[in-house]
This record gives sequence, C-alpha cells and structure tokens, in this order.
Amino acid sequence: MGKSVLLIEDEPNIIEAISFILSRDGWSVATHSNGHDAVGVVVESRPDIVILDVMLPGKTGYEILRELREAEGLADLPVLMLTAKGQVKDREMAERAGASRFMTKPFSNAEVLEAVRDLVIG
Amino acid sequence: MGTLNMLVFVCLVYVAFLFLVAFAAERAAMQGKGGWLRSPIVYTLSLSIYCTAWTFYGAVGYAARSGLEYLTIYIGPSLVMVGWWWVLRKLVRIGRTQRVTSIADLISSRYGKSNLLAVGVTVLAVIGTTPYIALQLQSVTVSFAVFSDAYDASVPLGEQESNALLVAAGLALFTIIFGTRNLDVNERHHGVVMAIAVEAVVKLFALLAVGVFVVWGIGGGVGDILQRIDASKIGTWQIEGDRWATLIFLSAAAFLCLPRMFQVLVVENDSEDHLRTASWAFPAYLMVMSLFVVPIAVVGLDLLPAGSNPDFFVLTVPLATGNNGLAMLSFLGGFSSATSMVIVAALALSTMVSNHIVMPIWLNSNFGGATVSGDVRHVVLLSRRISIGAVVTLGYLYYRMSGGGTALASIGLISFAGVAQFLPVLIGGIFWRGATRLGAFAGLTVGFLIWAYALLLPSFGTGTLVSEALLAQGPLGIGWLRPQAFFGITGMDPLVHAIFWSTLLNALAFFLVSLGGFPSPVERLQGAQFVNVFEHSGTPQGWSGDLVQSEDLMIMAQRILGAREAQGLFEREAKRQGMGGVLPEPSPDFLQVLERELSGSVGVATAHAMVEQIVGGASVSVEDLMAVADETAQIMEHSSQLQAKSTELSRTARQLRQANDKLTQISAQKDAFLSQVSHELRTPMTSIRAFSEILRDTDRLSAAEQTKYSTIIHDEALRLTRLLDDLLDLSVLESGQVSLNMQSGKLDDLLDHAIATALTGSGQDSLRIRRTRGQEQALLRTDLDRLSQVFINLIGNAQKYCDAETPELRIEVSQSNGQMTVDFIDNGQGISKKDQAVIFEKFARAGVQRASGAGLGLAICREIMTRLGGTVSYLPGQGGAAFRVVLAGQGQLAAQ
Repeated sequence: MGKSVLLIEDEPNIIEAISFILSRDGWSVATHSNGHDAVGVVVESRPDIVILDVMLPGKTGYEILRELREAEGLADLPVLMLTAKGQVKDREMAERAGASRFMTKPFSNAEVLEAVRDLVIG
Repeated sequence: MGTLNMLVFVCLVYVAFLFLVAFAAERAAMQGKGGWLRSPIVYTLSLSIYCTAWTFYGAVGYAARSGLEYLTIYIGPSLVMVGWWWVLRKLVRIGRTQRVTSIADLISSRYGKSNLLAVGVTVLAVIGTTPYIALQLQSVTVSFAVFSDAYDASVPLGEQESNALLVAAGLALFTIIFGTRNLDVNERHHGVVMAIAVEAVVKLFALLAVGVFVVWGIGGGVGDILQRIDASKIGTWQIEGDRWATLIFLSAAAFLCLPRMFQVLVVENDSEDHLRTASWAFPAYLMVMSLFVVPIAVVGLDLLPAGSNPDFFVLTVPLATGNNGLAMLSFLGGFSSATSMVIVAALALSTMVSNHIVMPIWLNSNFGGATVSGDVRHVVLLSRRISIGAVVTLGYLYYRMSGGGTALASIGLISFAGVAQFLPVLIGGIFWRGATRLGAFAGLTVGFLIWAYALLLPSFGTGTLVSEALLAQGPLGIGWLRPQAFFGITGMDPLVHAIFWSTLLNALAFFLVSLGGFPSPVERLQGAQFVNVFEHSGTPQGWSGDLVQSEDLMIMAQRILGAREAQGLFEREAKRQGMGGVLPEPSPDFLQVLERELSGSVGVATAHAMVEQIVGGASVSVEDLMAVADETAQIMEHSSQLQAKSTELSRTARQLRQANDKLTQISAQKDAFLSQVSHELRTPMTSIRAFSEILRDTDRLSAAEQTKYSTIIHDEALRLTRLLDDLLDLSVLESGQVSLNMQSGKLDDLLDHAIATALTGSGQDSLRIRRTRGQEQALLRTDLDRLSQVFINLIGNAQKYCDAETPELRIEVSQSNGQMTVDFIDNGQGISKKDQAVIFEKFARAGVQRASGAGLGLAICREIMTRLGGTVSYLPGQGGAAFRVVLAGQGQLAAQ
C-alpha cells in the first residue's frame, strides 16, 4: 500500500510500539514529538493520516487539531486521537475539536491497526 | 622639649586607649554581652558631652571675668533634667516609637514627613555647629601652645595649624570607624558612647584634681580660699536678673536642641528608665564640675601676672607652680572635652546630612524607582562617612579662616542661640496638635534670620560683615531695624537682645502661621501620634496596602536592610499574620513596621517616600482615625467606628473571597488529580500492553528485538511501581503514621549524596552546582534519609525546570538560634506568582507540562518537612526559582 502515517506523540516507548505495528503492516511511518511546530510538520509532509496524542509539550492535541481543521485543504484529513485521560469530557473535547476517531490508552494493537485502515481506506 | 614630647606621647597613648575602649564596647555589644553598656550611669556620663572644652577651660575664664554668671550654663540643663517627666520622657518615647535618627528627622516626621523641612533643619544645624567644632579644635591647639610656651617659646604658628589638622583628621577617623561600623536599625553606637563616657570621667577627674591642688596645695584649705574669694572682685559681682534668666533659658534650650545632645539624649537612649537616674545624676555631675571653678579663678588671678588669659588657668596654674604631671592631666581633661564633643557632633550631623540631603539626591538621580535590586547599604554608609569627613573639614576650615582669634571664644553662646531656634518648633510639635508644617517653616526662617542679623554677623566684629553705620543707624537708615536695638529699644545687652527677639518672633511666626493654616491629613496624624504618644504608642501612620506587590517591597527592603534581615522581617510578619511562606499581606500594620525598620537606615522622610512609591499613596487607617478622634469628640468617634466596621467588613469579604478561590482551586485540583492519576497510570500501561502483544503475536522477532521489548515492559512496570510508591508515601505522610529514623550526620555529606543521586544518569554538565562548603560544616540530628529525599527532589527540580542557557544552582546554608536554613536558588526565570501558590499541591506542575514528573515531589517534600519539624517554602524575589528549607532544633558546628 505504502500509505503514510504521521505519529505525533511524546512518549518514546509508545512511538516505538505504534511505529513497529504500522510498519509491519506496510505503512510508512514518520514521527514528531512536540506540540510547538506540529501543525507546520503536518502541512509540509501531507500524510494520509495523523495519529495525535493529547498531552504534548508546547501545545495540546486539541489546539493542534483545531488549527489543522482551519488550515487549507486539511479539513478532511483523517485524525486519530489518543489520550491517556479516560474521562467522558475528554472524548467530547476531541469530537468538538474535529477528531475523526478517538481512542483511550491503553489500546490493543489490533484496534489501532483497524482504526487506521478504516480511516484511510474507508 | 622633653616634656613636650612626653605630652605628645601621653596624648597618643590616651587616643589609643580610647580606640581600645570603643572597640571592646562594640565587640561586647555584638556578642550580646554588653548589658553594662546600657546602664543608666553610662547614659548619664554620655550626656556630659554638654561640657565641651568651652566649659572645661572657659568656665574659669568666665568666672574670672563675670563672676558667678558661668553657673547659668549649668543651671539650664539641670532644670531640663530635673523636669524630665514633662519634656525629655516624651521626646525619648517619640524617638523610640518613630525610630527617629536625629533632631531633623524628628521635626520632619512631626510635620508631615517633609524632607524639605529636614533639609532646612540640617543646614541650620550645620551652620550653628561648625563654629563650635572650630572652637574645640582651637582649644586643643591653644592648650598645646600653652604647654609649648612654658618650655619653648619658639613653636611656630604653622605647627599649631598642622596640630589642628592632625586632631581633626584623627577625630574624623574615630567617628567613621565607630560611628559607621554598620547600619544599626536602632542607630545606637555603643563604641562611641562608651568612649565618651570614659572621657567624661577623665575630664571630671582632671578638673577635680586641679581644684583639690588649688585649694589644699596652693591655698591653705577651705577657709583660706573663702577669704580669698571674699577679697577678690568675684565675690562682689552683681547678679543681673535679665541676663541670668536669658542665659538659663538659652542653655536649657540648647541642651534640648543641639544635634549632639539630641543624639545622646534621645537617639542613643536605651531605656526611658535611664532618664530617672540621669535626672539627678547629671545635675550632680554638673555641680561637681562647677565646684572648683571659682577657687581656680581666684587663685589664678592672684598667682599669675596680670593680663594672663584666665581661660587657661586650669592649665597655667599647675604649670606655673611646676606641677607638670597635674598640668598634663588637666590637658587630657580639656582634650577629652573637645574630642568627645566633635565626635558626637560629627556623628549627629553626618546622619542628618546623609539621610536628608545626600541619600534623597542619590536615590532620585540613580533610580527611577525604589524597587531596582542591588544593595544600597554601602551607599548609605559611604555617604555617612563622607558627611563626617565634610563636617569635620568644615570645622577645620572655619578655624583656619577665623584665624583662631579671640572671636571664637564668644562663639559658644552664639551657637547655642542658633540651635535654640529649633525650640518653638520642637516643643510646639510635641505639645500642640495645631502646629503645622508652614508654621514650622515660618518660625524657623524668622528665628534664624534674626539670629544671623542681630548676633552672628555682628559677632565677626564691627566693620567686617556689618558696617559701623548699619549698627548705629540701621539698614538704609531705618532706625528700628538696627541689629542690636530692634524697634528702637536700646540699652539691652546685645546677646539678651538677640535671643529675646529671635525666640519671641520665631515663636510668634510659628504660632500665627499654624493658626492661620490647616494641617494636612498626614500632619494631623503625626501630630496626634506625637502629642499623645503615651496613649498611642506604636501606630505612626496608615497605609492602605491592598494594591501593593509584597514582592516589590521585599526587593526594596533587601536593598536597604540586607537580604537576611529583610527576609527575616518579612517571614516574622507573615507568621504574625498567620500566613505561611515568606510574603506577608501588605496590611497597614505590616507597612508601618516596614517603614519604621527602613527609617532606621535612611530616615523617616526617605523611608516614607520609598514605601509610598510602591504602595502608591497613604491613607488613613482606623487606628489613626481613632487617635485623631480623641480630640474631636463623639461625632468623629462615631464615624470612625462606622468606618472601622466597613473596613472590617470589606476585609472579611476579601478573606472570604480568598477562601472561596482557594476552595475552587482545590476542587479543580481534585478533578485534575483523578485525571492525572489516570494519565500517569495509563501511559506506562499503554507501552506494556502494546509490547506484550507484539511479543505474543509477532513471529520471527530477532533475539535483540525480543530483549529490547521485554526491557521496555520491565522499565515501564518499574515506573508504575514508583508512581504507586509515591502515592503511598504521600498518603502515609499525610496521615501522620510515618515513623522517623533519627540519625546524626553532617550536612555537607548529605548534600554530596543528594547531588550525586539527583544528577545520576544525566550529564554532569546539565546543571552546575555552586556551594559554600565552609557553611555546610554543621551536624544534623534528624531523619537523614527523609531530609535527603527533600534535597534530591529540589535539586532534581532545578535540573528539570531551570531554563537558563547554562543552568546553575546555588546552595546557601546559614544558621541562627539553632535554626538551620538551606536555600536552593537557580538562575532560571523562576516560578510565576500564580504558580507559587499551588506548586506544593499534589500533581501541580508549574506552567505547561514539560517534564516527566508526576507532580508529587514538592507535595511529598512539604509533608516530610512538616514531619521533621521544619518547613520548605518558595522564596520569592531571588531572580530564579528559589526554595528554602528550614530545620529547627539544629545547631553546633561539627568538629572539622
């Protein structure tokens, strides 16, 4: 397939795990680990899907998502949000910010894979 | 020449002895052993700087010329002392409650803290005192010359002048060393006071010795001397009523108003009780001083050739009878009288010049505001030192320019008359609440102009500054303005005339202008505080501090009082207000205390201006209103009570609002706590789950990959354990069920260990640590592991959060009263005010989450320190982030 994923996450071990799972499934995985310039990186690299963590240094995932949705041509970009805070209000905030899907940590590898495939291929 | 050399030698030994006395007294006071320094006897003896060389030598001359009139200059001060209950007690109480540093400070403080008034008083005091200092220098050099003449008539005049210069330089040096050792908030100088007390004993002893010698050595005992007095013209002198009354009034006024007398009477006073002793002891001292004056005068007139200067009989009578030892003692007595006067006068004047002229100018020209950081104590000290030098130099120049002639001899009373002009303003200020600043200006101006015109200028001799014509016909021929015959009233003694008119018109101007104007609010308040000092001790003025930034005040206070003292003061006040931490609420009470502390260093007016700059304006506090209301009866009382209620209500409302804010904050933190626990647990669990699934589901993993992934699982499991440990630790600490493992150890070892642990695994360059090992040699008795846990946490925080380019952490240790303080100060941008309030709460992390901590570290630290009987708090105003750990019940230095 060769579709590209951009993973925005600051916890090194989780980056390693998700990269491993997706690469083995044939995705080309790029990673980025802070919130400050995340929007710029997305705009520049134009991935097929973004996996976005909520708690990031510099800027929260919600803020990044909101900016992405406002950017030109990114309104329909599939974004999978990950959060380690499992409360209802976190899910609501993600939806309001425009997340394509929302997933609570810890997740099973199969779930992530399935969600990514769903979002990109439909 | 041999005896002359001997004299120089004795003089030097005596001076060295005085330095030693002053030094020992300072040391004793510093070590807290100086209880005897504050005895009423030392206080009484220090008052004897009233007896300068002018009285030591001059009293005999005075008696030889004018009979018993010399007694008037002793009677005036004696009356003041005997009546201490009415005036002195009040002055001393005011001086203490208002932290007054000089007479200029007192007057400016009373009249609305006006610095302009302080400047005026200072300038007038300098004008009035400079000739007097010159007189002392002259007496030392002339008495030296008297000795020289007796042995070698060829001592050139130039040598006299260089002697005067040497004496002046020595005195300035002494005053600088012991008068400006430190900025004592109380402005007490134990070394100086002790030295002048010793000098007081020396001059009394010397005069008594000469007296005894004259009566029993030369004369044939008491009966013989009484006969001689009867036979001489001294016995027949008439008492002139008006001159006597004027001189008694004058010396009493000068006793209260002379800057040097104010210094020893009020500023150096340690306890009001001392006045009780001094009230009889000082008149007794004066009586003994005057006991032998007439006998010495009579015998001198008999013994010495006609035309000898009676001013130096005390010296020439022993010399003429070949009694060199006694003459030398007498010389030392005169020397003591002169030097003690110059030292205290220079000290008092320099405080005034520095506080009211130099410092305000310097503060204004160097800083836009009072909050710029940096220590100004050295500037205050330097300006005092320069002022001392300037005052003594001025005295020396005056001596040189006046040629040391006989004109100086009459300057004593003229000087007295000059400073006596402060009297109406001073007495009016402490007894009459209607007195105003404008009135004070008017009175002082009128008094001094008349004094200068009628007394000072003519004293330089007719035809020098005041022409013959002016004296005879008045300016421009206006007869009633003749300098020595105002309103055409002739025939008065010029001195009596000048004192009568200057004081009368001064008081009149002061009174009328005060009546005509209306005092400003600050003047009214200060007036109430001064006049009713015994009813309202200790509440000088009101500040409304709602809008004040305590931190700004802290920065300013550190600059003037020094960091330690300022922090100590703030912490004490915060504790008194029942608040934790180092920053007290800027309540009116606190601001008053702060202003008083500052005024000890820079004077009332300047301190007031500095606080005002930060606070933004004075307002009337309830207590102040109550003080004023005493006078204006019920209606004011009622309204001020209403105001009290409304102020109290608004204060309660503010406190409620604060409590509510805090509760809201805590409840938000509870939510955040759950959310945080969830986050902190889920993150490692994500990695564990993901990698265990990978290990389970993936075929063909290489051995290296397998090891790597299981290691990650292992590490994350450890991280979970650590988090649970922290939570558990905190709950145990909070519930108070922790048992402490008390051990002894050295602080530097503990810090070594903590630094090593905190910085493991990060490059050692990531944080530079600066320590002063010298201060760390202290033995601790506490739970060392727990304390170490606190240190590790604070160092770790600095490493994680310090955002400076080259991060650096200073660790500063200090001890006092068994309390050990360890400060951790980094060079980052510090913690914002908003965050300072919450960093010790659980899961609170300053700013955006930048680092890996769970936010439990400081919460644990706080709990630990509470269990150890100490505190850990944020220390604001240090530049970077700063934490202070205080451990009580510690103390002694460990053996090296």
